[in-house]
Amino acid sequence: MSYGRVIAVVPAHNEEAAIGGVITEIKAFDSTFDVVVVDDGSVDATSRVAASHGAAVITLPYNLGIGGAVQTGFMYALENGYPTAVRLDGDGQHVAADMGKLLDVLMVGDADIVTGSRFAGADSHRPRLARRIGIVWFASLVSLLTRQRVTDTTSGYQALNRRGIELFARDYPSDYPEVEATVLVYKHRLRMTEVPVRMREREHGSSSITLVRSIYYLFKVTLALCVAMVRRYAVPDEEVKGP
Amino acid sequence: MTPLKVSVAASIASLLLLLVVLELVRGRRLKERYALLWIATGLALLVLSAWRGLLTKVAGWFGVATYPPAILFAVATLFIIAVLLHYSTVLSRLSEHNTLLAQRLALLEQRLDQAVGSTGEAPPPG
Repeated sequence: MSYGRVIAVVPAHNEEAAIGGVITEIKAFDSTFDVVVVDDGSVDATSRVAASHGAAVITLPYNLGIGGAVQTGFMYALENGYPTAVRLDGDGQHVAADMGKLLDVLMVGDADIVTGSRFAGADSHRPRLARRIGIVWFASLVSLLTRQRVTDTTSGYQALNRRGIELFARDYPSDYPEVEATVLVYKHRLRMTEVPVRMREREHGSSSITLVRSIYYLFKVTLALCVAMVRRYAVPDEEVKGP
Repeated sequence: MTPLKVSVAASIASLLLLLVVLELVRGRRLKERYALLWIATGLALLVLSAWRGLLTKVAGWFGVATYPPAILFAVATLFIIAVLLHYSTVLSRLSEHNTLLAQRLALLEQRLDQAVGSTGEAPPPG
């Protein structure tokens, strides 16, 4: 099946060891897909490795954090007129071969944003208890706030149509943005849905989440969610235009 | 009643604050929009310090007639909180603009690299 013009948006921070494999995997899934790697102020060779694998590379002058990097990728997609984007992480945890599952659902046209969920399927991933508490907490909270069942609020594996790209290019939360973004999507009345995907354990480096950080994260994101529910939003579709 | 020494010292301090702020504005080291709150602080403190009758009256309203200078502390504290809060909003806006600039710069750089690459020119040094 052909998906038309698709851009894969890949945020990467110090992922020189993994980024090449991610790009190769995307191209192996569909060689017509364009790839843009957003290098979020890496101090290693991420940009160089990405460019040598044929990706367009946007190198941020300093580390903006995942939200700022992802948003830059969507700005690129918007400016270059892509009707469809897939966002996947630069560390290789998302299985690029699963892009089809996301895109097939997106192409049906009933959703603007399709998220790959680790927990929606039967063959689900089982993280450690501390993480599971956080995951269940956010899944319940977000499901309640958005009046829709969301199982994986922290997944950064998403396929978006033009409306989704426009929204995220204009407005995207900054730290640990995925949870808050679900509320943003709901507030802007975009339609989202989930499909089950597999995720790999991190191949290189280690996850930066420790217990103290997890607790801090839990409070911070909960606060951000409450703010997201009551804050003011710009009117969609009016301000941002491509070239 | 406010001790005279307190009134004199507080008046001098408020005047000094006003002078320093005005000098910074005059020397273009402080923008007018950020000086406004400071000038308001200085003026409010100066009026309350120099006009002893007013300070006593205000202290009476707030039930601290036994020690009117407490009002000076309260007013100073409130204004400092207002200034800090104002700065927090300025800082938030600045960091948002900074992020946007970094993103725009990176996007332009990518476009420039691509344009240079496709015309076959030598890439810029570095």
